[in-house]
Amino acid sequence: MILALLNSILDAAPPLIFAALGAVLSERAGVVNVGIEGMMRAGAFAAAVAALVMPTPLGVLVGMLAGAGVAAIHGWLTISLRSDQVVSGMAINLVMLALGTFLLEAVFNSPSSTPAITQLPLVFGHSPLTWLALVLPFVVHFVIQHTAWGLRLRAVGEKPQAVAAMGVRVGPLRFGAVLLSGALAGLGGAALSTATLDRFEHHMPSGLGFMAVAAMVFGRWTPLGAAGAAAFFAFGNALRIGLASSAPQLLEVVPKGVLLALPYALTLVVLSVQGAKNVAPAALGQPYDPELR
Amino acid sequence: MIELRHITKRFNGVAALEDVSLEVKPGERLALIGENGAGKSSLMNVLYGLYQPDQGEVCFDGQVVKVKTPAEALARGVGMVHQHFTLVPTLTVTENVVLGHEPTKAGRLDLVRARKEVDDTCAKFGFQLDTGAVVRELSVGSQQKVEIVKALHRGVKTLILDEPTAVLTPQEADELFAVTRRLSDEGLAVVLISHKLKEVMAFSTRIAVMRRGKKVAEVVPGETSPEHLAQLMISLSSRERGEGRGEGPNQAPPSSGAVPDQPLTRPPATLSPLPQGEGTLQLTHLTAQGLHDLTLTLHPGEILGIAGVDGNGQRELAEVLTGLRPWTSGTLTFEHAPITRWTPHLARAHGVTHIPEDRLRRALITDLTVEENVSLGRHTQPPFAKGPLIDFPGRRALTTSLLETNDVRPRDPQLRAGGLSGGNQQKLVVGRELDSNPKVLIVVQPTRGLDIAAVAAVRAQLFTQRARGCAVLLISLDLDEVLELSDRVLVMYAGRITGEFTRAQFDERVLGRRMLGVVDA
Repeated sequence: MILALLNSILDAAPPLIFAALGAVLSERAGVVNVGIEGMMRAGAFAAAVAALVMPTPLGVLVGMLAGAGVAAIHGWLTISLRSDQVVSGMAINLVMLALGTFLLEAVFNSPSSTPAITQLPLVFGHSPLTWLALVLPFVVHFVIQHTAWGLRLRAVGEKPQAVAAMGVRVGPLRFGAVLLSGALAGLGGAALSTATLDRFEHHMPSGLGFMAVAAMVFGRWTPLGAAGAAAFFAFGNALRIGLASSAPQLLEVVPKGVLLALPYALTLVVLSVQGAKNVAPAALGQPYDPELR
Repeated sequence: MIELRHITKRFNGVAALEDVSLEVKPGERLALIGENGAGKSSLMNVLYGLYQPDQGEVCFDGQVVKVKTPAEALARGVGMVHQHFTLVPTLTVTENVVLGHEPTKAGRLDLVRARKEVDDTCAKFGFQLDTGAVVRELSVGSQQKVEIVKALHRGVKTLILDEPTAVLTPQEADELFAVTRRLSDEGLAVVLISHKLKEVMAFSTRIAVMRRGKKVAEVVPGETSPEHLAQLMISLSSRERGEGRGEGPNQAPPSSGAVPDQPLTRPPATLSPLPQGEGTLQLTHLTAQGLHDLTLTLHPGEILGIAGVDGNGQRELAEVLTGLRPWTSGTLTFEHAPITRWTPHLARAHGVTHIPEDRLRRALITDLTVEENVSLGRHTQPPFAKGPLIDFPGRRALTTSLLETNDVRPRDPQLRAGGLSGGNQQKLVVGRELDSNPKVLIVVQPTRGLDIAAVAAVRAQLFTQRARGCAVLLISLDLDEVLELSDRVLVMYAGRITGEFTRAQFDERVLGRRMLGVVDA
């Protein structure tokens, strides 16, 4: 039972972990990214479609590129044009929601999903993306804490004026972080459509992007914390599946909807318990204007 | 040598700099003085690559150079320490100093080497800094040192300091000037932007005076006096402003007439005698978040000054007194009656008014009109309201007379409050708060960012209130201002009162030590 639960966490966690790491990168640079959901959707769709015509691993790469492409729109709006970061992110989510549904209908003539693809081959009983999700948090941690670029990233999220005063250009630095963020969100989406399932389904990523942002907050904007929180949320998800399959009699007492809502409710509970102890980057959400002091 | 030639810079069509030329020579200490908005900082921001001049050019050793970014300025050996520090509070001193040119080893940030290099720079120029400390935990004086070390570490040959002493205690300021002297001995050029004439006279080898975006004079300290400098800084502008001024500012007893000629001299010591007996507002062993065991009495007819370095409980004290912050123990007594419930509304009802530190955050709504702002706080009472409805003619009439008496320009009740200059915004706030004839006035940083004429007007108002019998609590980070205006001064450090001084006992050195928490033997 415990082993089964662990296995299902390992399968459910990667999309959340990748997306949460993406959220960390963008927000540590001072750019709010609630568009993670839309970037995941783009990644999921693009990977599933690309995998129809090329090997699935390449499809995953295409998914990352798609996420980065959507992130470029976010970066252009919020960094180049200094528009509101939350509004831009939400707009991206809405556009991607509609675009995904539209393309499903227009290209595949289906309201529900793309045709099936070959899933990524399993390595030691799990998708290679699962193992990547175990390693990547440490890589991102190293990059943020132990490289020059990471130092600048942390600095630009706290006080962009300081970075500019030291002769580093704020715009490109933030743009790079947002692009990486989108690529990771795209990877998370690709994990949904090439590892968790074998196709893009119309509801993907069904709120996982928002959960990833919550995981980032819960993890106090650190890669390891966010990944841990993402795994915790995945546990909630696994618990739901586990409960439903191991104790079907439970469904007679508890409505199915309650079980479905479990991971989301868990997210809310965690955020409300943690409350004001959050330590967001100081310059988060503020566009940088060099002639404004 | 650096030359700025015929620099002109406009913002939205308004000239911030007009045909300004200036030389900066190695080894000199150049002071750039002028009122707020005279263009001192703008000029240096052009040199530092933050602003692009609309006309004119910047020359390094006779070569015309376009300085487009601070990075290029740094590469040419120009460093600037801003009034608002550009430090990342969550990073260490070392990380802040090496930011942007970090030493790496195989792609990995080499903090060990970085720290050694920064330590070397500190040692070379005689700075004592814990380079491993997180910047957030340093005092303001130390943070400023970090800013200077940042520039020196880059090997700058010209160091610009923008109003560096505004946030320092007298001791820290002395230390800063000792450091700059050492730097100029080493052959660096140091440019000091300031409006404090005393320190300019002591600091510089050459003084450039700016007024309204133009350079109006260049003098050496030996051939001038603070009075002369003050005249150069403001003569034209204050004469213009002086014309048609309302009665308000000139009524003031001690400092009237001091505006154009001797703006920085203290009022004569002929102060009204201190009232005896118990006062209006009393705190007894009051403790609140950020405040510990405060006991103080604010008497009617006095100006009680609170001196202290920023962040030592002054803000919290003002908030408690005005009902913005609850206290946890101790008592607040108003006219001998202990107060149990104290909200901003109740405070106002008792005649306690507040001129807050941040006028844009707590005093004005910039998108509302001047007359709407005037009505704030009393908007339910006549003459601002008739029953549940706004009394437009009443509001207009009161606003018009208030603009007149307080010399708020332009005299337009329908202007957006955000459209007023800082000085006029402050005069508006002061006028509004005093219009209700308060019994107690809590004033925080009343003259910050104002030009000399506006400063004089605001200070005159405080004296008028004192003469009226109002109890004035003056909180300011500008020690000179506190000493100049107060009848009595309390020093705050770490949320406690660490000293009380009457006017006869005023001594900057002693107060400065108390402000740093040093208790004399």
